[in-house]
Amino acid sequence: MARLTINGKTHDINVEADTPLLWVIREQVGLTGTKYGCGVAACGACTVHVDGVPTRSCSLPVSSFTEAQKIVTIEGLSPDVTHPIQKAWAELDVPQCGYCQSGQIMAAAALIATKPNPTDADINAEMTNICRCGTYNRIRAAIKLAASNTKRG
Amino acid sequence: MTIAQNLSRRGFLAGTAATSGGLTFGFHIPFAVAQTANQPEINAWVVVKPDDTVVIRIARIDMGQGSLTGLAQLVAEELDADWSKVTTEYPTPGQNVARKRIWGDFQTAGSRGIRGSEDYVRKGGAAARLMLMQAAADEWKVPVAEVKTSKGVITHAASNRSTTYGKMALAAAKIEAPKDIKLKDPKDWTIAGKPLKRLDTAPKLNGAQVYSIDFTMPGMLNAAIKETPVPGGKVKSIDAAKAEKMPGVKKVLTVDGNAVVVIADTWYRAKTALEAVEIVWDEGANANASSASIAAMLKEGLDAKEAFVGNKSGDVAAAIAGAAKKIEAVYAYPHQSHMTMEPMNATAQWTADKCMVWTGTQNAEAALATAVPASGLTIDKCDVIRLNPGGAFGRRSSSHDFVRQAVLVAKEMPGTPIKLIWSREQDTTHGTYHPTTQCKLTGALDDKGNVVGLHMRISGQSILAGLRPEALVEGRDPGTFQGLNAQGPEGQFGYDIPNVLVDHAMRNSPFRPGFWRGVNNNQNAIYLECFMDEMAHAAGQDPLEFRRKMMAKFPKHLAVLNTVAEKSGWGTPTAPGVYRGISQHMGYGSYVAAVAEVSVSDKGEVKIHRIVAATDCGHVVNPQQVAAQIEGSFAYGLSALLYGEMTAKNGRMEQENFDTYEVMKMAEMPPVESYPVPSGGFWGGVGEPTIFVAAPAVLNAIFAATGKRVRSIPLKNTDLRKA
Repeated sequence: MARLTINGKTHDINVEADTPLLWVIREQVGLTGTKYGCGVAACGACTVHVDGVPTRSCSLPVSSFTEAQKIVTIEGLSPDVTHPIQKAWAELDVPQCGYCQSGQIMAAAALIATKPNPTDADINAEMTNICRCGTYNRIRAAIKLAASNTKRG
Repeated sequence: MTIAQNLSRRGFLAGTAATSGGLTFGFHIPFAVAQTANQPEINAWVVVKPDDTVVIRIARIDMGQGSLTGLAQLVAEELDADWSKVTTEYPTPGQNVARKRIWGDFQTAGSRGIRGSEDYVRKGGAAARLMLMQAAADEWKVPVAEVKTSKGVITHAASNRSTTYGKMALAAAKIEAPKDIKLKDPKDWTIAGKPLKRLDTAPKLNGAQVYSIDFTMPGMLNAAIKETPVPGGKVKSIDAAKAEKMPGVKKVLTVDGNAVVVIADTWYRAKTALEAVEIVWDEGANANASSASIAAMLKEGLDAKEAFVGNKSGDVAAAIAGAAKKIEAVYAYPHQSHMTMEPMNATAQWTADKCMVWTGTQNAEAALATAVPASGLTIDKCDVIRLNPGGAFGRRSSSHDFVRQAVLVAKEMPGTPIKLIWSREQDTTHGTYHPTTQCKLTGALDDKGNVVGLHMRISGQSILAGLRPEALVEGRDPGTFQGLNAQGPEGQFGYDIPNVLVDHAMRNSPFRPGFWRGVNNNQNAIYLECFMDEMAHAAGQDPLEFRRKMMAKFPKHLAVLNTVAEKSGWGTPTAPGVYRGISQHMGYGSYVAAVAEVSVSDKGEVKIHRIVAATDCGHVVNPQQVAAQIEGSFAYGLSALLYGEMTAKNGRMEQENFDTYEVMKMAEMPPVESYPVPSGGFWGGVGEPTIFVAAPAVLNAIFAATGKRVRSIPLKNTDLRKA
């Protein structure tokens, strides 16, 4: 039994304690925007925010989370797809297949929250999610666009 | 023609013979009159709703490559639609059967998403427009020639009347399809050819997009699977006593004699319980296969007497014997995994009367053709609903093994929908791998450094032999020679050399091959383009000039090569320590070239600073999406060059996940300057072609930087440290 706060809502979860947060989010809570890619924290498709920190949810058991921690998934990043990262992604048509993009967007949103003007080196260091379609250059451009839009706004 | 298509054609005949009479396959009427009255379906491709929403039917799948948007642009262009009101939908292969294959084939492979259907989808849009115009002319009792269309509005200037497509749709649907359809000249395009935004971006930004793995139904169960680790192996015995008692577990079973499946309420519980099943495998004949044993088999083929001939002119043996200078090199290309971000999966629901499958596939007809025999039902009782695939790259067209398994699992619990998800480990170790080959190249130069002879002996795996042996042509796999054929619209060898022999000694690895984005062009371009560089070096000539001398008869190949030379500043100084490499190739109907700028540190670290790429794909339907495909193809091709390798030991693939099967990430991704240079007049593909030139351009730049020839992929296995 676990009690989680996901996207501002409390969920009582009845599941084995070692179930990874990813599968609780997908199969118990029913939010499928967070993706399974590897299960070993290698690809980043499962990235969510835990108290603002980008976290690979596939490799952390649900028992390691408390109700006090604020978990945010891609569905909860903004109520209407208006987070600066989402807007920049739309403007540059970043996604191809899109499967990794929930994780990419969550990683990028966390990056600009801590570094409003990320350098290329910051982006290289923090954006380690895998994209097999190869949208990396558009992701980089969109992060910079989001940063500059935020500054202007 | 593919196995799957052949199967499905037989299936279609069986399933539709009762109603169709003399059905001719290979021919379809893409703009036939709608079958149901009072439906705003103008024809198979175009539905216009009363609120003026235009629904364009898409037979191909969008797996990220943007062809959903591109195909809609082509139809909307001919329709004169209001682009802001355009949406799309996927018909099902079952509907295609029922309507005598009105949408043609569904296969999305070979960079044919657009070029393989552009003609008939455009005609579908044009026919719908003519029918809407006729409906308005009939209502207004004016000659149709006086009626005009623009952005979904029909007008008659003389009487100052106008109406919308939505208002005319029902009447138009009843009008006979026109026979004489003239398509627009691409130079008059206002929707096609423009860098419009993709239609499918919004749901990919907030988690709303439903991928195959996200699909759910009331009462659905989940299944996890573990297949024999050795190809051809079988399940000898299982002990499921422990697993059956674990939470949520409904059933433990074997499938096809070679896989163990656990069905549970959630997938994570199914996967956890599967790990608790004790399985004894009968490993079969391949238990000792290894990368070394496969490489030895390929090496033997390099000098074998018997080989299939792909391209032959002149007398290459005599040219080599009489050469002023003879150059020889052996290259090798490994098995590689597709590593789609979304592992294979499918949901199936089976009853004695109906079998439904929901899945991400590059060819829903092939998925249906796989589902039908697995279901034990007739084709009219089966259908496949297409869901979005999280990447495909050829894996979801090479084999629908996951669909067969899902149907067999669903049959065990009639009426219950069951989603079968492959774990990443199952996915990586049961792929349809990039074929592994080696190539021995022998070049003959005359005393002026001109190439007078070239022999390429390819030894290795045939994709057709592994997937569709009946498609071999007298034992030969024509696909092996991709990009090396003397002529053909798909890919043409782009050098004028008087004596050429390209031949293939087929040596098949026990690990199943597949179509892997770029397919055989990938290694063939490396072999030829790196060896071109070797010959240029032996001749003491600039690699660009050396190539140009042999390309006068190939102006389109030459044009893209010249573009990248010019845009990269070939021949001008680079930053200190940075070196350039160049390559060109033709495949999937398009001409591509690239220059890579690379540095190699004393420690042997390779940094790719810049890629300049050019593509001539004839017509460009959406320049933004062409650019995106070029960028993405370098990520895919450079991942393959830097890291891509599945190795085998004791009959098993050794890499299981992204922690051991590395791929390129953000930090290594070079800037890619893409230059579409469309010369018009033909339709080439863009989803794959620039992959071909990624690796050879970088390898040639590495030689320029270090003097070392890397002839074995991936690069991670080569020590480039300064001696």
